[in-house]
Amino acid sequence: MVSQTFTIVNPTGFHVRPTKTFVQTASTFPCKVSVINKGKKVNGKSSLSMLTLGIAAKEEVTLEIDGEQEEQALETLGKLLTEIHE
Amino acid sequence: MSWEGCIRRERNDQTMTTALKGIGASPGIAIARVFSLSSERYIPVRTTVTDTQQEVARFREAVAVARKEIEAIRISAEEKLGAEKAEIFEGHLMLLEDPDLIDAIIEKIGIESVCAEFALYEVSQSFIELLQSMEDELLRGRAVDIEDVSGRVMSRLRGVPHMDLANLTEECVIIARDLTPSDTAQLNLHVVRGFITEVGSRTSHSAIMARSLEIPAIVGAGALVRDIPEHAMVVVDANEGIVLVNPAADELAAYQEKKRKDDVRRSELAKLKDQPSLSADGKRVELAANIGKLEDIQRAIDNGAEGIGLFRTEFLYMGRSSLPTEEEQFTSYKYALEKMNPKPVVIRTLDIGGDKELPYMELPKETNPFLGQRALRLCLDRQDLFRTQLRALLRASTYGNLKIMFPMIAVLEELVEAKKLLEEEQQKLLAEGVAVSEAIEVGMMVEIPAAAVSADLFAPEVDFFSIGTNDLIQYTMAADRMNETVAYLYQPWHPSLLRLIRMVITAAEKEGKWVGMCGEMAGEQAAIPLLLGLGLHEFSMSAGSILSARELIGQLNQAEWAAHAEQALTMRSTQEITQFVEFIRNGVTK
Repeated sequence: MVSQTFTIVNPTGFHVRPTKTFVQTASTFPCKVSVINKGKKVNGKSSLSMLTLGIAAKEEVTLEIDGEQEEQALETLGKLLTEIHE
Repeated sequence: MSWEGCIRRERNDQTMTTALKGIGASPGIAIARVFSLSSERYIPVRTTVTDTQQEVARFREAVAVARKEIEAIRISAEEKLGAEKAEIFEGHLMLLEDPDLIDAIIEKIGIESVCAEFALYEVSQSFIELLQSMEDELLRGRAVDIEDVSGRVMSRLRGVPHMDLANLTEECVIIARDLTPSDTAQLNLHVVRGFITEVGSRTSHSAIMARSLEIPAIVGAGALVRDIPEHAMVVVDANEGIVLVNPAADELAAYQEKKRKDDVRRSELAKLKDQPSLSADGKRVELAANIGKLEDIQRAIDNGAEGIGLFRTEFLYMGRSSLPTEEEQFTSYKYALEKMNPKPVVIRTLDIGGDKELPYMELPKETNPFLGQRALRLCLDRQDLFRTQLRALLRASTYGNLKIMFPMIAVLEELVEAKKLLEEEQQKLLAEGVAVSEAIEVGMMVEIPAAAVSADLFAPEVDFFSIGTNDLIQYTMAADRMNETVAYLYQPWHPSLLRLIRMVITAAEKEGKWVGMCGEMAGEQAAIPLLLGLGLHEFSMSAGSILSARELIGQLNQAEWAAHAEQALTMRSTQEITQFVEFIRNGVTK
């Protein structure tokens, strides 16, 4: 299992659009993707559960990834967390 | 029944006019009869099933049909509203594949042996409630997406038709608890004049859609909207956030006239959006927007801004526990520059200290913060944080038209030092092989009288000045703008201020440099004629003021106002000057 913590830069936090991109990308990986924010851990392949975290700008988010291609998933998904989304 | 916030008036014919208040979500006035959209949610009863596998198959089939329907809506929304607005339906399609929603429903059918309707209702309801309880207004608004999608699947399971707003044929104002994305995407714009919702805010989906469809809308009008009778005549004044139900004949006539004028004015202003800002005698100026966060950029563009005249960077530093990294800043600056490109973006370096505190920096308390270590004074002392910001700015410079502005400069040495640090960081980046734009303009704010009166000393060293009137007034008058007992000294029109502005512009013009203004004064209708007359080149204001400022400038003769400004400079008081300007303005319009 690999894990890393990121700070959200996107000014509106991690809302509908970034979540969509994140979940779509996460779903292309075979490994289990968990997203932890404010002490709550959810399935990174569910946009609904991701939204219920209410991740705001400047908050810290930890990715916990377990299984096949976990390193690559961590790198790709971590980048999405630290980008600005239109 | 409670009639809070509601006025009823008896009339001779025994019908009554009711007025409701709500949030004007999309401006304009609509007058039409009401069409109410029933919003009662179907609540299934818990029914036990024996063949859970068949029940799961029934559920999957309903999901598959719903997917096809949503896909069709997505395509028509893309044609009607554009790709960006249609994106919401991609989100809906994703919901139909969401493991935490769909798998949970299937699991529930299997484990509890309940019918698909009940499992769907229970699981989606739990997510709806979770989202509705969230602090964030935007996320609360997302609950409507689940209602929309689960309602559609529910209709399929029950074999009942899903209400389709595309079939409306009569002019109407729609009333609903809330409008779902599929409702708004299917609105027939030929007949729907406006809408009123019971719940919602300016940022809810229905409000955003109303603005992009440009139809008047009032949201969050409360439970009283349920009492509006079907087919009642209503006036929706979304400019004021008022709904009139069953208006009297004279009221109706008055509103029809108001609507006509409002429509004309709206289309006149809209025409100006992509027009250059030209005075009646053809002098070109630039109307730009002041922004304090990245989300403001879209609003600036929507309001026809010719640039960003003041980008305050404090938002990057506030509301957090440590300094923002170079990378974080770079990402934000790059975003702003790309979004505005090729239009200019004037980014002001950190203006913190004094009364604006950053707890994590542990700045010492000052007895007189407005005269203390503010803004550039702090940055020159804390070079580590200043250099980080400069590097981020320089790296972002290749992505658009960047202009860097230093705040709170009193003496030439401060400007020279700041420029030296900028130059050093630029050389370091170039040595590292990082590209930096060669066309970055470097300017300074003029908000300290010392800088204004010696603008001629600064002019050769800068590419532009931007006058910050709020601070310039308080420093010139030595009057705290927050202290009400000396509020009378807050006089933007005072001869002393106009003379300072004039000195800055004259000094800049001698060196062929431009002068902007990013204080509140720049957007004030009453101040614009004199500022234009004084020769100001760029007016930076809140986005909402830009179009009416452009309209006003189009009516003004710059050469004439230059002469009027000369005369104003010789007057003795604010009162004399305002009366003078008013007299000329009224004379001109008559």
